[in-house]
Amino acid sequence: MYGWIWRHLPGSTGLKALQALVLVAAVCALLLFVVFPWVEPHLPFNDVTVD
Amino acid sequence: MGDPDGYPDQDRTEHRERVPELVGASRPAVAPRPTGAHRAPDEPDEEPAAAPPAREPLWRGVVRGTGELLITAGLVLLLFVVYELYVTDYLTGQRQDELTQELREEWAQPPAPGEAPQLRQVEIGDAFGVLRIPRLGEDYARVILEGTSETELSQGPGHYEGTAMPGEPGNVALAGHRVGKGSPFLELDAMQPGDPIVVETADSWFVYRVLGDPATGDLDADPSGIPGLQIVRPTDIDVIAPTPNQAASAPTGSYLTLTTCHPRFSARERLIIHARLEGTALAKAELPDGPPALFEG
Repeated sequence: MYGWIWRHLPGSTGLKALQALVLVAAVCALLLFVVFPWVEPHLPFNDVTVD
Repeated sequence: MGDPDGYPDQDRTEHRERVPELVGASRPAVAPRPTGAHRAPDEPDEEPAAAPPAREPLWRGVVRGTGELLITAGLVLLLFVVYELYVTDYLTGQRQDELTQELREEWAQPPAPGEAPQLRQVEIGDAFGVLRIPRLGEDYARVILEGTSETELSQGPGHYEGTAMPGEPGNVALAGHRVGKGSPFLELDAMQPGDPIVVETADSWFVYRVLGDPATGDLDADPSGIPGLQIVRPTDIDVIAPTPNQAASAPTGSYLTLTTCHPRFSARERLIIHARLEGTALAKAELPDGPPALFEG
């Protein structure tokens, strides 16, 4: 999977590395600001109330 | 120029480029035109790189792909832990700063004519007070909001809807996160009998003291029989009853109850702190810097 992505990035090794970093940052941002906030309320360990 | 068919001009030129290249790769036998035609026509560089995976057995690709997926899943889970422990703290901290500023501005404004500030209606999601617990830090101050859904709790400690408001007879019940979201109640198990829990509202300070015997430090030795600290099942709603642990009782005093999850990182049980109001409301006009209880330590 990662090898496939690496081969498909255009440009020199330096450019590829830069693009890879951008991709990693984009995935992290997506996880931190979209996926995790959505997933979190469905997880059980955040219950702090009695009900 | 000797073209059998007239139109696919571009394709033809690229095929022509490919042929010498494949010859140059010294594999003339394995370079039939049709193979070249199957590949993406715009990536001639692809040819040498794509050749080895084609010869690799399928199972190796599957094993490698599975391994990469597992490593990725591990990294995502690690990132989630970082998110829970640090990112939510940061986001909640920022939100707390905003709420503090909004609340200060709101309190600085004179009440509308004919409306006493303490009677101002509190709606779900409204910030209405500041909680101070010197045991948890000299500068420990958290804005509390009305309501205990995740929307409120992700911003700060939440006030159980329908329980008493600060100073009223009954039980002021507050819930807060133990780990993450600013971890307002992380160290709640360190509370000792007699520790002040101070609630600041628009015009008053309310000093509550953790139940128990301050002389011996025994949290269970309060004359009222209500423990200062207890660990209960999540379904034990009596802990936030008007008189703690007495279902459907009339209020017998002014209590404050804090609830959070227990043990840390788990939601198996609830950690509960009970406190009782000391004296009455202290006017902020007389004590602008806070009641003496805040500076005991």
